[in-house]
Amino acid sequence: MRLRLVPETTNWDFFSRSKLWLGISAFMIVLALISFGARGLNYGIDFRGGTTIRTQSEQTVDVGAYRDALAALELGDITISEVFDPNFGPEQNVAMIRIQAQDETDSVSSETIVAAENALSEVTPDIRFVSVESVGPKVSGELIQTAVIAVVLAIFAVLVYIWLRFEWQFALGAVVALVHDVVLTIGVFSEVGIKFDLAIIAALLTIVGYSLNDTVVVFDRVRENLRKFKKMELKEVLNVSINETLSRTFMTSITTLIALIALFVLGGDVIRGFVFAMIWGVVVGTYSSIFVASTSLLWLGVKRDWTKTDGKAGTQFADIDA
Amino acid sequence: MLQIDLWKRVLIWAVCIAGLALALPNAFYTRVETHNDAVAAIEVAGETPELAAKSAGWPSFLPSSLVNLGLDLRGGVHLLAEVQVEDVYKARMDSMWPELRNALRDARNDVGTIRLQPSGDDELRVKISQPEGMARAIEVARALSQPVSSITAAGARDLDVSGDGDVLIVTLSEAERTAMDDRTLQQALEIIRRRIDEVGTREPTIQRQGADRILIQVPGIGSAEELIAIIGTTAQLTFQPVIGRGSNADASVPGGQEVLPSLDEEGLYYTLETAPVVTGEELTDAQPAFDQNGRPAVNFRFNPTGARKFGDYTAQNIGSPFAIVLDNEVISAPVIQSHIPGGSGIITGNFTVEESTKLAVLLRAGALPAGLNFLEQRTIGPELGQDSIDAGKIACIVAFVAVLVFMFLSYGLFGFFANIALLINVGLLFGLLSLIGATLTLPGIAGIVLTIGMAVDANVLIFERIREELKSARGPARAIDLGYEKALSAITDANITTFITAVILFAMGSGPVRGFAITLGIGILTSVFTAIFVTRLLVVMWFERTRPKTIEV
Repeated sequence: MRLRLVPETTNWDFFSRSKLWLGISAFMIVLALISFGARGLNYGIDFRGGTTIRTQSEQTVDVGAYRDALAALELGDITISEVFDPNFGPEQNVAMIRIQAQDETDSVSSETIVAAENALSEVTPDIRFVSVESVGPKVSGELIQTAVIAVVLAIFAVLVYIWLRFEWQFALGAVVALVHDVVLTIGVFSEVGIKFDLAIIAALLTIVGYSLNDTVVVFDRVRENLRKFKKMELKEVLNVSINETLSRTFMTSITTLIALIALFVLGGDVIRGFVFAMIWGVVVGTYSSIFVASTSLLWLGVKRDWTKTDGKAGTQFADIDA
Repeated sequence: MLQIDLWKRVLIWAVCIAGLALALPNAFYTRVETHNDAVAAIEVAGETPELAAKSAGWPSFLPSSLVNLGLDLRGGVHLLAEVQVEDVYKARMDSMWPELRNALRDARNDVGTIRLQPSGDDELRVKISQPEGMARAIEVARALSQPVSSITAAGARDLDVSGDGDVLIVTLSEAERTAMDDRTLQQALEIIRRRIDEVGTREPTIQRQGADRILIQVPGIGSAEELIAIIGTTAQLTFQPVIGRGSNADASVPGGQEVLPSLDEEGLYYTLETAPVVTGEELTDAQPAFDQNGRPAVNFRFNPTGARKFGDYTAQNIGSPFAIVLDNEVISAPVIQSHIPGGSGIITGNFTVEESTKLAVLLRAGALPAGLNFLEQRTIGPELGQDSIDAGKIACIVAFVAVLVFMFLSYGLFGFFANIALLINVGLLFGLLSLIGATLTLPGIAGIVLTIGMAVDANVLIFERIREELKSARGPARAIDLGYEKALSAITDANITTFITAVILFAMGSGPVRGFAITLGIGILTSVFTAIFVTRLLVVMWFERTRPKTIEV
């Protein structure tokens, strides 16, 4: 007996409540935007400039004492937080200290860092500084710019690709789904307050890639069925296509989630935020490729007569043989 | 139908075996690394029994390229420095002044007396007492300009000369500035490389980034301070004539002169001529030494041009002091006792032995043409890197096993085929990463785990399709064939879109993010290859052997 995530044949109507689903999505997007507007993102030093020091000691972390020790140096805004992770042994007490940017262009100077390290060593003699990172505001400004360009460029590039391979309605539907995923992910980050750094941009772009992957598989089937069932209503064609690909959609999402959850639990705290973003992205991406992308396509309508102009679109790679 | 030509089968297996062979050294990372280091050492220094024993730890007929570990995994220091190219403009204009002054003095009859005005870093403003002679002054200044020495700016001159009322303005032309920036960066790169080599760490990365930045990555160092102390010092050594000394830091001085503090004596300032007699560029050697009183000092020797200039100057100025200036601080200002013809000398000051040794290293490696601003500095301790590797390894293995089990439960025998393909896929991925010498970073490990999860996607698409085709009651052979054929367009489109995002990430990202883009991109290539060639071949081979009447996917 095989493991089946969904029944062998499904005939669920995904559009009977399409307004409800779109309503929920719209509501979530508004929530995400409000959260983003009200709380903002917890930018890491990559985007804001400043210094983070990761400390490790056998002695337990005393946040208050650390704060007092550093306050004397007058370095401005300082955040200190203890890090917990199931991988840490009992002797491993880790804290992250963030110091605001001190200068207009440069990273925090070595003398400042040494002074901070010395002050902390007095509080906890066996303290070690396992990573020290400092980014100047000049670079961080550029990093934000590059990151935004990267995300916009990625969305635009796939828009063009899908437009070339399918029809503009498909491209638009896919991009609506993408923007939906990216906005919701940013919303979660601002709401939960996870550190938003360069790696998260990589995660965002992966979500873009994953969500597309899902959407494209559904759209590919839609294209095929549009040719196969020439008289069927578009809504029906979409429903059939989603049902037919449903089993694959779930299989891939589950295998990806299995791998990501393993990484989330066991991969250490350094990349946990990054992996969290991807897990969230896979869940949202799967949802959006079914409900958002397809519904958008339904509303946009599609040109039905594929045979004349673009008869080969779906099969031009199909003669590649093993 | 289900037929694959023999040559294609051979090719597919050959690719798999080659990939796995390339991946093999990574399974014995430390052993291969020792071997590689020993081989490199033998090449440089000749063979010793000890090195030979080390290199024998890995057979030399096997591939020995490894995946490079990024700084976040290996530990080390990452610095992004901005070269202050404006420094060079200023030095250039300063050394230009005596030449311009002499040329204008020769034209005294037309331009009258001249006076240097306060000027910006990249210009000289000269006031002339006879404004009607401005045309002549411009002509004189223009005659000093030279063609820009770069290929792209052929024909351009290095100076822009203009007149504003009674002020002659000489600035560097745009083409000259670009050419100078380029030279400055090249020099800075070279000097930084030499300094890091003098300290002797392994495999540093020193690259130019953009117009005026240098990226420096040195694995295996525990603190950035040490590295910054070595490469951040300009070590600009000059010998300048002394005009006077005093205690006022803001003493006003005429153009062409400057006030610099003493290194040792607080509150003591020297007034110096800005244009140096000789600079550190003309040193050929510097060694730590001791002076007559047994105090640490640095011995130096000039090259022939430097020696001649220094000799001429000392011959003409016996009895007057000159200053030895390092990075805008006066180390000492001895009085010239006699003509010094040999071109060698000694720098004394209040040095410790360490300081004199470091100064000698810096002088030997050469001065940085301009100062450095450190825009970014990151230090990752080796233990954090090791923790990340360990955690990443466990996560990879768990993810891998979970996906294997899940696939087998879902697709039975076909799932088993997909699992073999997945194993080969990860092997190929590591093989390719080693082959191109890619750098594995922590997000890169995440990329591998993600690839493991997503790699089965192509197989899932195919298997689901075969299931559907089986429902249409065709024979198993036909169903498998159609399954592959019809799933292909979805596989292609889905993977190309993901690949596009990987390419954009690679182009826009840096460091760890780029490492992620590489593993994601290569993972897509290998997973598509294994899904449409390797599993297919496995399925066909199984089918040929058993010829089943019905199949269950």
